[in-house]
Amino acid sequence: MDLALQLLFTGIGIGAVYALVALGFVLIFRATNVVNFAQGEFSMVAAYLMVVFAVDLGWPYWLSFLLALAGMALLGVIFNLGVYYPLRHRTFLPVIIATIGASILLANSVLAIYGPQPQVLQGWFETPGIQLGPVYLDSQYLLIIAVTFALVIFNYWFFEKTLLGKKLQATSQDKEMASLLGISVSTMIMITFIYSAVLGGLAGILVAPVLFVSIQMGSTIALKAFAATIIGGFGDVAGAIIGGLALGVIETFGAAYISVPYKDGFAFLVLVAFLIFRPQGIFGERVAEKA
Amino acid sequence: MSSPSENMPVTVSVPRSKPLLLRHLPYFIGAAALVALAATMQFDGYILNILMQATTFAIAVFGLSVVLGLCGQINLAQAAFFGFGAYAVGIGTSDYHISYWFCLLAGCLMALVAGAVLGMSTLRLGGHYLAMVTISFQQIVTLVMINAIWLTHGPDGVPRIGRPDLFQSSQSYLAFCVGMLALVGYFVWHLPDTRLGRAMRAVRDNELAAGVVGIDVFRTKVYAFALCAVLGGLAGGLFAGGFAYVSPDQFSFAESIVFLTMSLLGGVASPIGSAIGTGLLILIPEWLRFLKSVPGLYLAIYGLSVILIIRFMPDGIWGFVAAAFERWRAQLKTPPAAAALQLKPATVGGDIVLEVTGLSKYFGGLKAVDGVDIAVKRGGVHALIGPNGSGKTTTLNVLSGLYKATAGKILLDGTDITTMPPHQRTAAGLGRTFQNIRLFRSMTALENVEIGAERPGNKMIGEGGDAALTERAMEALTFVGLGGRANELISGFSYGHQRLIEIARALAANPTLLLLDEPAAGLNSTEKLELHELLKRIAAQGLTILIIDHDMTLVSEAAQHITVLNFGRRIADGESMAVLRHPDVVSAYLGSE
Repeated sequence: MDLALQLLFTGIGIGAVYALVALGFVLIFRATNVVNFAQGEFSMVAAYLMVVFAVDLGWPYWLSFLLALAGMALLGVIFNLGVYYPLRHRTFLPVIIATIGASILLANSVLAIYGPQPQVLQGWFETPGIQLGPVYLDSQYLLIIAVTFALVIFNYWFFEKTLLGKKLQATSQDKEMASLLGISVSTMIMITFIYSAVLGGLAGILVAPVLFVSIQMGSTIALKAFAATIIGGFGDVAGAIIGGLALGVIETFGAAYISVPYKDGFAFLVLVAFLIFRPQGIFGERVAEKA
Repeated sequence: MSSPSENMPVTVSVPRSKPLLLRHLPYFIGAAALVALAATMQFDGYILNILMQATTFAIAVFGLSVVLGLCGQINLAQAAFFGFGAYAVGIGTSDYHISYWFCLLAGCLMALVAGAVLGMSTLRLGGHYLAMVTISFQQIVTLVMINAIWLTHGPDGVPRIGRPDLFQSSQSYLAFCVGMLALVGYFVWHLPDTRLGRAMRAVRDNELAAGVVGIDVFRTKVYAFALCAVLGGLAGGLFAGGFAYVSPDQFSFAESIVFLTMSLLGGVASPIGSAIGTGLLILIPEWLRFLKSVPGLYLAIYGLSVILIIRFMPDGIWGFVAAAFERWRAQLKTPPAAAALQLKPATVGGDIVLEVTGLSKYFGGLKAVDGVDIAVKRGGVHALIGPNGSGKTTTLNVLSGLYKATAGKILLDGTDITTMPPHQRTAAGLGRTFQNIRLFRSMTALENVEIGAERPGNKMIGEGGDAALTERAMEALTFVGLGGRANELISGFSYGHQRLIEIARALAANPTLLLLDEPAAGLNSTEKLELHELLKRIAAQGLTILIIDHDMTLVSEAAQHITVLNFGRRIADGESMAVLRHPDVVSAYLGSE
């Protein structure tokens, strides 16, 4: 029982990371109708930026953190201009192939620059964690959960209560109409890419002290996050969060009770089960094509 | 749906009539010469290895040209399927001393089954699912290769892989692989002109229209995907025999990306492009070996190439060359003259061809169509009219199966089609055109109409051979007055002509009932007159037409019977002139005072 509680905590912590990246997926999907396959690479790049600033250059953690996020915002701009924007009038297939190309480019550029050895990044806090009854609460996991929770609330407020959020929503629902109303669609899409690059980067920075900082961390996280979005219901914000948390918990229990080497396989099994039995996910994908 | 695995890729019948074989003789002579060359020329070990790699990789890339180029579906796990074949041959011959041929066959079967299962679970959903699921599958296969040490030897890989007795020397084995490449190449080269190949192209160009002209979209996608997987498995089996050693890193996600880049670079739509792309991406890294000293640099360049190719050369090197050649050829080729089109609509049921009772379609709380009854008499032109938002197009979409009816019943010639998917309704005898034209844009007019002619249950095409299909399609195109331009690409036709091609596509299928969705929309007055003439000629052959249009002149002159909808309900129904004078109809159109 104590072990189960401990696993539950760890699972929610790791699931929160998946949820953050999944949120980035969903936001871009809703704005552009394509899945950005380089979303996981955003996390990886941000983690490496942290290693450069905080470890290699020895700058303060908070400064490195801000610089890394600024770097991600810049990457979001470059990504939009270089990968998505030129293809915006094409069908979805060329766009996803281009984002896959971008994902390969990002991962292997970092590999070429930094080499294959995984890097270590310290956590934000000096204290490793606190003991609460039978459960040991790791401080980094606590931070991840707290930040995710705060971001979910921020996200809700931003999209539902601010004018900019409403404009973004209008753009994602009907680009033509939005532009007729004087909304600059290309600016809105640019903002979406920046926002989701920063979200992905944040997830990468948060999870880096728990995992190692490695080239593969991007694709691993992206696969889990994508599975999370399908489990939750594609294109649904709440679904992405719930799906991410659920997947984190399933995976942690699977690794503890079934098999450690195949830990990364559980997400795939859950994914296929959902695709076969409930492809619309828990909350349902809103799909409709007009004849 | 009957089980799609019944007769998987064998349904592709490459027509083997004598003249065709004669025409293709140069290909086989060339292939035989290549095999002979591979068997007799003296290569050193290095060159031999490069050739072996190029030959086997090209077969795997052919698979991608089928699934991605022909059918427009993505597969990011080709290296995993390649690995299935390679490990089947590797483990089978090395650990269990089973016959090479048996192992090769088993590897292909494993890839086929894996591909079919993966496809069937995912291909009903959007393309982004397929991309992610294939990546996940690729990762799982790699995980198993590394961790299931009892079976796969883990990261150490499988050594001492056997070859068939017949091809023990490297040279003879290479010749064997080149022969296989030539055979597979022939098959993939001709696939686009077969019934299945045309269906794949139709699915790629426009899924919705493909379903409506009678193609089982899902099954076509599964075939394409399974075919791709099986070619991957075959290539992997050949690869394993050639190199006598395999290890997990040869079948990783990175390798899938290499296959994808090869396919995109050469041109995804054709096996020639695949061969060019494969050759280039095997040779270039050999020339630029120094780049290999930095890990990741190669793949980074590949990633960048993918982005650049997609943006600046989406059809690849061969696509670029072929398009220029195609333009030149279309000008030279004059299509054959065609006989007059015969329309013999089936007559199974009684006097009423289409009987709709209590049809409703709700979108949430909105009652777009609410309890509508329509009875279309055989052999006439029946019009469905109504102001904007009255539910006309929704009704048509429910009739053709694009929307599911909330309630009600649809009988077509006595058959209940209410719950059938679009392609089965088409098979049952329904033909339709779209308000916003939906043709397969990368094909010629003739090919578009041929796909229509292929409707399952079309009695006008005999056995359904290629010659009969072409003849039928030419007749239909001639009927609408475009026979002389049959070999031109859709993009070269005016809007009005595209509409006529869409009608020809529906007519070639010899439907029992033809649904026309606003055929006059966007036409100028001359074109409208031509359309009216065409409708008369169609009706004269006894084909029943249900037309939806705003154009009152067209409707009142062409239709004998009119049903009027407003706010989703039927407000009038009867003989044309009487209906148009009906006070409710007048007030619906002009407003009441």
